[in-house]
Amino acid sequence: MLDVIFIGLSLGSILLLVALGLAITYGAMGVINMAHGEMVMVGAYTTVMGALWLKLGFLASLPLAFAVTALLGWAIERIVVRRLYGRLLDTLLATWGVAILIQQAVRLEFGLSFFGIHIRGLGPGLQNVTVPEWMTGVVTIGGDQVNIYRLFIIVVTLALTVLTWVLMYRTDIGIQIRAIMRNPRMAAACGIDVDRVNALTFAYGSGLAGVAGVMMSGFKTVFPDMGTSMVVDGFMVVVVGGVGSLIGSVLAAGLLGQVNGGVAAVTNDILARAVVFGLVILIIIVKPTGLFSFKSR
Amino acid sequence: MTLDRRSLLKVGALGATALAAPGLLTRGAMAADPIRVGVLFSLTGGLSIIEKSLADATMMAIAEINAAGGVMGRPVEAVLEDGASDPKTYNEKASKLVVGDKMSTVFGSYTSASRKAVLPVFEKHNAMYFYPTYYEGFECSRNVVYTGAVPNQQLSNFIPWIVKNLGKKKFFIVGSNYIYPREMAKVCKILMKQNGAEYVADEYLELGHSEWGSMVNKIKTSGCDAVLSNVVGDSVVAFYREFKNQGLTHDKLPICATVTSEIEIAAMGPEYAVGSYTSFPYFMAIDTDRNKKFVERYRAYVKDPKAVTHHALESSYFQVFLWKQAVEKAKDTAADAVRAGVRGQEFDAPNGHVTVDADNLHTYLTPRIAQWQADGQGKIVDAYPNPVQPLPYVAYGETDTNLFCTAKGLDASKLKKS
Repeated sequence: MLDVIFIGLSLGSILLLVALGLAITYGAMGVINMAHGEMVMVGAYTTVMGALWLKLGFLASLPLAFAVTALLGWAIERIVVRRLYGRLLDTLLATWGVAILIQQAVRLEFGLSFFGIHIRGLGPGLQNVTVPEWMTGVVTIGGDQVNIYRLFIIVVTLALTVLTWVLMYRTDIGIQIRAIMRNPRMAAACGIDVDRVNALTFAYGSGLAGVAGVMMSGFKTVFPDMGTSMVVDGFMVVVVGGVGSLIGSVLAAGLLGQVNGGVAAVTNDILARAVVFGLVILIIIVKPTGLFSFKSR
Repeated sequence: MTLDRRSLLKVGALGATALAAPGLLTRGAMAADPIRVGVLFSLTGGLSIIEKSLADATMMAIAEINAAGGVMGRPVEAVLEDGASDPKTYNEKASKLVVGDKMSTVFGSYTSASRKAVLPVFEKHNAMYFYPTYYEGFECSRNVVYTGAVPNQQLSNFIPWIVKNLGKKKFFIVGSNYIYPREMAKVCKILMKQNGAEYVADEYLELGHSEWGSMVNKIKTSGCDAVLSNVVGDSVVAFYREFKNQGLTHDKLPICATVTSEIEIAAMGPEYAVGSYTSFPYFMAIDTDRNKKFVERYRAYVKDPKAVTHHALESSYFQVFLWKQAVEKAKDTAADAVRAGVRGQEFDAPNGHVTVDADNLHTYLTPRIAQWQADGQGKIVDAYPNPVQPLPYVAYGETDTNLFCTAKGLDASKLKKS
């Protein structure tokens, strides 16, 4: 029984890891960032490239991936998203385009493959990420074997969630972000530099996706399409949890993870997936604004 | 700069001539009309990872045939088309090759979906399609030559060997959720019953999904002593990783796979697969001069000293030679002549001696079992003494004395009885 709960917890933490960045960009800024999955992918490729070219270890690539994807996110906000605030559907299309650009850049090795130049670690193929030996295997807790890698993901997700909470609720910039969430024009009228705060928020959200990418690379396959399916799961969590609510995302991820793990244990994975989607539909019908939402003015 | 349409056309024509010039030269040197064949693989999209290597192997075979004097003294000219990982595009490109370019022979396809998509084109316009991939069977077309393994050629030696040599009796069958793994599972169950073993579960995960937590936990608690995996594609990597991360080891509970090849092993890191088994007719590690030279030539051809070869790639290569011999036997390149010529055709391929079955146009192949080593290569632990007859309907009761698919076509009455 404990093993099933642990799997559910682990599934939830993976969902939350991807959704955390989205909860910020979508929740705070009202941008449907379809390129979020690609940020995860870039984070994973940073791990691959860091190991190949800089001889970086797995853990050392965590801050590097955060920096790379945050910078990329900052650039995307500056070049594309900034011009589209308040146009929800346009941001969806534009960031989807950005997602395809990033994917193809990795697949075509930034266009160099046309000239017969190949960069190790890029290209259309599957990439290999080496995980430290101590992370593969199990520890025994309370008579049950627990997967160390999944435990590690839970710890990282927990740390990032706490960090994000502190950032949002205990710092000046957090107050500014929350003010913009409620009413951007009023916030601007009160002297908040909305442009700057938005750029930083987007960069931070993207950076979180990069960290998620490093974690994913250790036990999933690294290839250019890997982010596409993750972004769907991420949005699912954000929408169920309630847009703009951090605690909502945490609880939604936990709930969906446990349902998925529980149903999969009793029946099978395919049915579990269907049940999760069914549950999401039901929640959206009953509570269209999600489990936890505030009224924006 | 302004360009009107006329000058644009001129520039285009000039460019086309310049591009065609090297081709013209070799054609002049051969001094004979080229034989044109189609090559149809996905060069773009998700499947291009694998299919690009199949296209390379096909083109390499054609280049080797041309270097050795061509077919009946005529050079072979390949027209390469991109199926773009999309069955609909496959169908359009097949129509272009068969109807537009009037090709009588096309080499192509990796997935069953793409083969099923082009099949009507080849059957309607009577052209031949050479298909190099292992697949689920249950097909009997007089317009397709199948040079990859069918289920009985991957499993008929595998399951008895696991039961006998590893002493395993309880299998957990796991696969991706689509037709190939499900048909493979049917054959597995028949063979398990025949060999006095049983299966404790038969479970599937969506194709392309890589969340194995629940499944591996189930494997752990199921009480099985071997895992039979028909998992396909990128989820293979996540499966083996989760397997090790949950503390399972291949010496106690081996994964015995039908699809895990050198490519997936390289991507997951060999340390996750050491000690597990795969059954295929071809492995890169086959220790013969012919295979070693083949690997060497392939690496030189794709200019990648680390390139890996695998089963479908090897079939892509040797099937071009089967076609060549068929044309030379029939002294004609038309589809009917190729079909007549290819029946019973034999060739010494890198994996060993292959023969096209005179009845069902599938290929006799030698099943092999490899155990994965720390260097990412398979060590061949068992090989059939002789090539095994292909039985595409084995899941429905086909045996070597009771063939469902013959030169006359499929005997549907036998299918209904089973």
